[in-house]
Amino acid sequence: MIHAYQLVVLVPYAAALILVAFPGYRVGAIGNVLASAVTFGAGLWLMVGDGQVGEYVIVDEFNIVFIAINTLVGFTTALFSASYIGHEIETGRLSPLYVRFYHAMFQAMMGSMNVALVANNIGVMWVGLELATLITVVMVGLYRTPQAIEAAWKYFILASVGISLAFFGTILIYLAGQPALGEGAPAMTWSLLQAAAAQMDPGILDLAFIFLLIGYGTKVGLAPLHAWLPDAHAEGPTPISAVLSGLLLNVALYALLRFKMLVAGQPQALDPGPIMIVMGLVSLIFAAFMLYQRRDIKRFFAYSSIEHMGLIVFAFGMGGPLANFAGLLHMAMHSLTKSGIFFAVGHIAQAKGTQRFAEITGLSVTHPRLAVAFALAVLAIAGLPPFGVFTSEFLILTTTFAREPWLALLPAFGLLVGFGALLMRLQGTIFGEPVGPAHRVDASSVPMVLHLLLVFAAGIFLPPALVAWFQRAAELLG
Amino acid sequence: MTGDLVVQFLAQGAQMTFVLLIAPLAVGIVRRVKARLMRRQGPPLLQAYFDLAKLLRKESVIAETASWLFRSAPYLIFALTWVAAALVPSFASGLMFNWAADVVALVALLGAARALLALAGMDVGTSFGGIGSSREMMIATLAEPAMMLIVLTLAIAAGTTRLAGVADFFIAEPFAVRVSLALSLIALIIVALAENARIPVDNPATHLELTMVHEAMVLEYSGRHLALIEAASHLKLVLYISLLICLFAPFGMAPANAGVAGWAIGLAAWSVKLLIGAALLGVWEISIAKMRVFRLPDFVGIAFVFGFLAILLAFLTRGVLA
Amino acid sequence: MNQAYEISHLLAGAMLVTSFALLYQERIAAVLNAFAAQSITLALAVAWAAWSDHRPDLFITALIALTLKGIIIPLALRRTVERLGIHREVEKVVGVGVALLVGLALTGLAQALVVKVASGTPSHAREALALALAIVLLGFLMMIVRRNAVTQIVGFMSMENGLILAATGARGMPLVVEVSVAFSVLIALFVFAVFVFRIRERFDTIDIEALDRMRGDRR
Repeated sequence: MIHAYQLVVLVPYAAALILVAFPGYRVGAIGNVLASAVTFGAGLWLMVGDGQVGEYVIVDEFNIVFIAINTLVGFTTALFSASYIGHEIETGRLSPLYVRFYHAMFQAMMGSMNVALVANNIGVMWVGLELATLITVVMVGLYRTPQAIEAAWKYFILASVGISLAFFGTILIYLAGQPALGEGAPAMTWSLLQAAAAQMDPGILDLAFIFLLIGYGTKVGLAPLHAWLPDAHAEGPTPISAVLSGLLLNVALYALLRFKMLVAGQPQALDPGPIMIVMGLVSLIFAAFMLYQRRDIKRFFAYSSIEHMGLIVFAFGMGGPLANFAGLLHMAMHSLTKSGIFFAVGHIAQAKGTQRFAEITGLSVTHPRLAVAFALAVLAIAGLPPFGVFTSEFLILTTTFAREPWLALLPAFGLLVGFGALLMRLQGTIFGEPVGPAHRVDASSVPMVLHLLLVFAAGIFLPPALVAWFQRAAELLG
Repeated sequence: MTGDLVVQFLAQGAQMTFVLLIAPLAVGIVRRVKARLMRRQGPPLLQAYFDLAKLLRKESVIAETASWLFRSAPYLIFALTWVAAALVPSFASGLMFNWAADVVALVALLGAARALLALAGMDVGTSFGGIGSSREMMIATLAEPAMMLIVLTLAIAAGTTRLAGVADFFIAEPFAVRVSLALSLIALIIVALAENARIPVDNPATHLELTMVHEAMVLEYSGRHLALIEAASHLKLVLYISLLICLFAPFGMAPANAGVAGWAIGLAAWSVKLLIGAALLGVWEISIAKMRVFRLPDFVGIAFVFGFLAILLAFLTRGVLA
Repeated sequence: MNQAYEISHLLAGAMLVTSFALLYQERIAAVLNAFAAQSITLALAVAWAAWSDHRPDLFITALIALTLKGIIIPLALRRTVERLGIHREVEKVVGVGVALLVGLALTGLAQALVVKVASGTPSHAREALALALAIVLLGFLMMIVRRNAVTQIVGFMSMENGLILAATGARGMPLVVEVSVAFSVLIALFVFAVFVFRIRERFDTIDIEALDRMRGDRR
């Protein structure tokens, strides 16, 4: 009997092996889409199936949320890549060999992220996240321009530092769990660790959490550890930017939250909440102001991702069922919207042949449909109703107002600042006199439209089943 | 008891005399080893004695601008160094001065001697003296704290700052593998090289104005003044080698109440170790190159770093032991 | 004090010393030598832990550390440096003295942190942890204060050395992790090597300073 969680991990890895063997980038693109579809199916199967807690695998309501988003966005991004990357060959930015490599790496990356998500062993979780990061490093450097190499290098250096610190934190967790659980694998098994959290040494847990927060926080893109993020988003292929913002940041956040749950189990250890609130707010407000100075469209939305990750970390830092619910919802909405935006940005970059705001004007004249889609996506991320992002942001702010009215002013302020920047840039790109070339866009618009529809639907109506599911996951978070 | 005191007094006197007498020989060995390794004939082993004798006979020329400080400094430097050398347990650990043989006192005596030398170097007002003094002080600012850190590390390990006590501790526990002690050994060697103006910090064999430190300070001295300063620097070399022996290779040293026979064995062991130490110094000097002056703080800084590490680890180990 | 502990402590201390040696060196060749020395010491420390704790699986980790990080990588990096004909001198952000002082402060910090926080753990594990943390932090420092790509690689691998030391210090930590560490280091090296060559292709230098001019926003 094969389990859904096995499929979620094995299908992408198998697909990676097969894809790297097949010449011909068209076959690769189709294979990539097919494998992602199967993985997505397995993710859906996981949603209807029962939870699972084994020695190495954990599937509970909390990580199913992440797996579902991961496989869904993985699927749509594969769909987008299939058409987008083909265009890159035509413009000569990539050779067919690189494209074949790209599709295989994409699957390997998805597999590694899923490993990190289903792992019950904190060591395996770390390995999954590290592998996923290293693969994205290579992907970011794919174009081999000086800028791409600089971005990849910076990403790599910062990510490795994060990796190392997170591993040190993992060792510390093991040391903390060892007296209660004995030597060997049990002291690295997350579910056992959580059960024994009350017996663990609070001092070591504190130290471990600090290391894990800095280590995994680097990958979440929390300021001041965010320096890699804008460069990596701006210089890599656009589908990778979508995956970075929509998925990899989430997976790192997932790891952080698992450890937060662990530390929360020991009442004498430090309270992770306030630290996360501060880091979240710093990232949110800092990124909101940074938005105004961006001249590169992908860099701009990368800072927007930092802003939203800050908000999500803030929500989880607040804690409690309602704030956790809002945080999870916002994470889901942000993943869908932001990857949708990057799809749109990919279209724009292909249409105008540039990523610079100054050369992207008057889209409504040259590409009316793209302009409408892009405008809707930007309005969605800005948090305007009726999109889902509005719902989640509204929930975060109202729960905070109910509990800490003064504290709620800060995220509200950050969001308003970010809102202004979004509108300013939106106006510049949509209206005005078109300059520069206006190419035909080949890339498929299905993924972008699909994401927008999902976010729109979530804003209008959240199915009760979905709400109940998210609530259970939020309760697990404590 | 009185007879005992007399014996003690004689033993201490013998130690001081012996140290003074053997010092030029140690220097001779260093020079000889270096020369041989360079395939040179080299000076006779006793050349340092001849030099001292010659200098003592020569007239002492003193610059017109020199003050009383310049004239009195050599005597003071020699006396301070000699007393310091007498404090270090050489062939026996229970000698008369040993109650005062505190490492802190040792550092203080040598520091005073160095300060006098630096002042004397500047006294005449020549540029070379000034250069030498300033360089010497630059090295000292790093070497002395390092030395204090080493002392503290040893004090933590042995529970005392008395050299004889430390030596007794190491005789009792010869095979204790301790990282902090290994680190302080390296640090002490570096400090010893710096303090004795040896390669790579200074080259005792040249008078190159770009690099010289010690020789620049004593450039204005001649005759018996120079002889005293030379003798003091020889004594300092023996002192540091004895210190290293006493702390890290104390086997064979006579315990506190050993009789004359015990002292004789201790003396033989110490002499052999001293001469081996001098030979090793010669080999070391031939194997590496003199450093640029600007690189010196880094090199002497290593001693400081190691001393600091040693003390950190010593604290940690003590936490483990406690 | 038992001898097994004394020896593992000595080896860990020696690794810390080589970490300082990395910061002290002025030439890239010397940095690589110091790194090789550190990796070989690590291999000895891991092998000693394998022997004294009766954990034969750790010998694999020791072997990997010895062959890969002690021999192959330093040689490969040296060849790269020679072939590319890049600057033989280490390019520094801060001087040797400052770097050493900061390193000392970090070592003190590591000791204070571990001793204070982990007061409940067995003293041996705590001491190994303190040294390993110091090595990790010094590797981190090396990545910050040395500009050249090769020295940053060395800094990163020195961090990994510290991590492996910490992992072996934690008794009974499953093999899965150690092998994976070695594995990821391999991947890390692969990625690094690719970058070194790509960077060379583009700029005729592997000084990362050159890259900083390429910031997207400043074009």
